[in-house]
Amino acid sequence: MYYDSKDLKKFGDIGRFQPELAEKFFEWYGAVFAEGALTQREKALIALAVAHAVQCPYCIDAYTSETMKLGCTEAMMMEAVHVSAAIRGGSSLVHGVQMMNKVDKEMM
Amino acid sequence: MSQATTSLLRRGHDLARPAVQLRILNDDTETSVPSFTSQISSAGLHPLRPLTIATLQVNLGKQCNQACKHCHVDAGPDRTEMMSQEVMQHCLDAVDVSGITTVDITGGAPEMHPHFRWFVDELRRRNVTVMVRCNLTIIVANPKYADLPEYYAHHRVHVVSSLPHYDASLTDRQRGRGVYEDSITALKMLNAVGYGQNESELLLDLVYNPPGALLPGPQQALEQDFRRILRDRHGIEFTSLHCITNMPISRFLDYLRESGNYVDYMEKLVAAFNPAAAASVMCRSLVSVGWDGVLYDCDFNQMLELPVRSSSRTIAQFSHEQLLKRTIVVGNHCYGCTAGSGSSCGGQLVVDPSA
Repeated sequence: MYYDSKDLKKFGDIGRFQPELAEKFFEWYGAVFAEGALTQREKALIALAVAHAVQCPYCIDAYTSETMKLGCTEAMMMEAVHVSAAIRGGSSLVHGVQMMNKVDKEMM
Repeated sequence: MSQATTSLLRRGHDLARPAVQLRILNDDTETSVPSFTSQISSAGLHPLRPLTIATLQVNLGKQCNQACKHCHVDAGPDRTEMMSQEVMQHCLDAVDVSGITTVDITGGAPEMHPHFRWFVDELRRRNVTVMVRCNLTIIVANPKYADLPEYYAHHRVHVVSSLPHYDASLTDRQRGRGVYEDSITALKMLNAVGYGQNESELLLDLVYNPPGALLPGPQQALEQDFRRILRDRHGIEFTSLHCITNMPISRFLDYLRESGNYVDYMEKLVAAFNPAAAASVMCRSLVSVGWDGVLYDCDFNQMLELPVRSSSRTIAQFSHEQLLKRTIVVGNHCYGCTAGSGSSCGGQLVVDPSA
């Protein structure tokens, strides 16, 4: 898999092959990130954490810039990444319960 | 990020020359930046004209106790340019014959000027509002400046101070090691004489500018963060926070180019061009005077040596009527004042369009 950071700027052209769905997506995307019950900064930190969970380099670039722009410190950003890593790690580990259930069922 | 401890001029750097900066800013082969003139033409604002001249911004000189990484003045301890008392008197004469209501004193560190207090005394005797762009650390730099808070309070000076971040490391990386701690000490001294307290007439505004190749976020949200964190951690109060975009000139231009961020930064500024911010830029309501008495449309044009397009070229020749008729000199650096919610010396110009 390869990525070119310049391609992030082309995201706005994603509607070239299917304009109606792209328009709906960007409208929804804008509404999701608007200030609401959560602040713009809280949403940007969640986005930064999710970007690391889904390992999307475009999203990591975009939400690193966005969180810095919104005044986040490096410590805040790294803590968000650790939240992502902890959930990813924890989600593997918690499946150990399934493994243990199976063991308990089949072993004497 | 390394610390800039000497000026570009002292280093013999090419970018110490305004002509070199202008060549880079206007070179459209390097970036896909459309000319600022074409952009404001589309917005129906060309030629850009003043609306009023309410503020005289006076740059007393380039000497400063700090050498910040982003300084658009290329100021520092090694700079010696300073306004003569004769030019300062011309500034006072201009205040006497015009409708100027505010004098905005900047530098370098303007307090280092030997006639600084005489100048402020004379201005306050004329009953104009005096703003001083105080870098904070000057207050603790030498015992002779330690009474500045009392002096400012006595004269009801509006203090505008840079504090790029409430995070010590982010501030120190931009402004120099130890600047955050000294700034906090100075802010406490200003608070102690009544500055920045709730409903106080002693105004203490802080200036945030991004600690890197970024545009500032919404002013209101950042102000809330600054207020909460400075209060909780240090018991510090202030009046308002101004968000200012770093201008792609002088030492910040050097940083952008050295760090490989120049093209991206210019593209960010252009993408964020906001006609509402362009209509409200500070150059439409102020005139800036350099240490040698030459008049400019703003402090940034001053550093690029782009003087006013008027027969009233120096403060000695100040004519309110002539200056109101001028057209404002613009260039691609002006994108710095029109990005997003806008910037200028007074912070955000319009309500954030994304909020």
